[in-house]
Amino acid sequence: MNLLADAFAWLSAPEQWSGPNGLQHLLAQQLYYTAIAVAIAAVIAVPAGWAIGHTGRGKEIAVAFAGAARAVPSFGLLVLLVLLFGVLHKPEAATVTFVILAIPSLLAGAYAGFEAIDRRVVDAARAVGMTEAQILWRVEVPLGLPLLVGGFRSAVLQVVATVTIAAYVNLGGLGLPIITGLSLRRYEVVLGGAVLVALLALVLDALLALAQRAAVPRGMLAAQGQHVTGPRRRLGPDPEPAT
Amino acid sequence: MDWVSDNLDLIGSLTLDHLRQSVIAIVAGFLLSLPLGWVAWRYRLLRGWVITVTGLLYTIPSLALLMILPVVAGYPATSETNLVIALTIYAIAIMVRAVTDGLDSVDPAVRRSATAVGYGDARRFWAVDLPLAGPVILAGLRVTAVSTISLATVGILVGVTNLGYLFTNGLQRRITAEVLAGIVAVALIALLIDLLLMLAGRRLMPWVRGRTPARRSAALEAAA
Repeated sequence: MNLLADAFAWLSAPEQWSGPNGLQHLLAQQLYYTAIAVAIAAVIAVPAGWAIGHTGRGKEIAVAFAGAARAVPSFGLLVLLVLLFGVLHKPEAATVTFVILAIPSLLAGAYAGFEAIDRRVVDAARAVGMTEAQILWRVEVPLGLPLLVGGFRSAVLQVVATVTIAAYVNLGGLGLPIITGLSLRRYEVVLGGAVLVALLALVLDALLALAQRAAVPRGMLAAQGQHVTGPRRRLGPDPEPAT
Repeated sequence: MDWVSDNLDLIGSLTLDHLRQSVIAIVAGFLLSLPLGWVAWRYRLLRGWVITVTGLLYTIPSLALLMILPVVAGYPATSETNLVIALTIYAIAIMVRAVTDGLDSVDPAVRRSATAVGYGDARRFWAVDLPLAGPVILAGLRVTAVSTISLATVGILVGVTNLGYLFTNGLQRRITAEVLAGIVAVALIALLIDLLLMLAGRRLMPWVRGRTPARRSAALEAAA
């Protein structure tokens, strides 16, 4: 446990939090890559998922894609793309990897959110004369939002985990102290980096859990109370493995 | 693809290492999740705790977990045990939820009927609850198996040799074919194990496929 004390001493030393290679810089890098990748993935996956959920068509393709993505090791994909893109385009190669990883969770969150809506609600909206666009934006999107945020949550966590591994290809980020500490045999640095990464993931998870709760429309909370005897509905799509 | 034909022995032995590490983790995760999932399902108060704790462990990125575990448990980070335990923890995080969801999916009327015809708690669990929860548990097990096999490659970053070696070695030597071979090998054994689990599920739970026709024939008989 002495190592743990050394790790916390290393983490709290002011010199780790200043300069160009300071932890605050690595933390910013980590968040920057995560934000960019999840944003790009959302632009691709959310409209596609909504289209699948609204029309009820194409779900098989999304499920097959998610299954295949689960079987492909993200670390291997990262290395492969770095080799294919060339050393000069490492950030682009890494970003593409992260985007590919984030897509299945977001896609599943988007269409599962629509699927979970009681069909009678959509039929009722159509019956009172809402157009398809109104049904989409005023009924399906708000009601599907909690599950979409759930998908967003797993996508963010998965990308954060993979960005950590990306330190191996010199991308920076919070994995850097872990990777360099390992080769220098400075285990207090390795452990300090690991603790910081774990804390970051836990904080992001907690924030997104709050966002997920906030995304439930107010009317739905009241309705949920009446269905206590119904089957328990999962809050979020199937869990995706952290990497 | 010359690289692959020249290195079949290496790929073969790495595949065996990889399978050994992942299969132990998958089996251990499955066996530990059954009692944990049952406890979480049976006792409402514990449910929140079990789901929260496994969920939090699941949130921790693998590279961090592989570094923190050895310090907490006191074994070397480079040991195979370290990787297998980390993979087991992730497997438990997915499987516990699958087991509780599976037990939830059993019709309470069926459970009450079993009690009514004289099944005790233990016998009802093994003969009624568990088999009926089987399809949901199997779905969770298949997700666990595939993600464990794919995740195991991260072990090479702490010095545990498996198919992940093809990624680090391929990057250092700039051999794209080697990295690609590693990805294909991992995906292939993941899909193979997935297929085996699906076939085992069909053998062990033959009623899953027969469910719809059986119901239809019962309806026909009732109509006749």
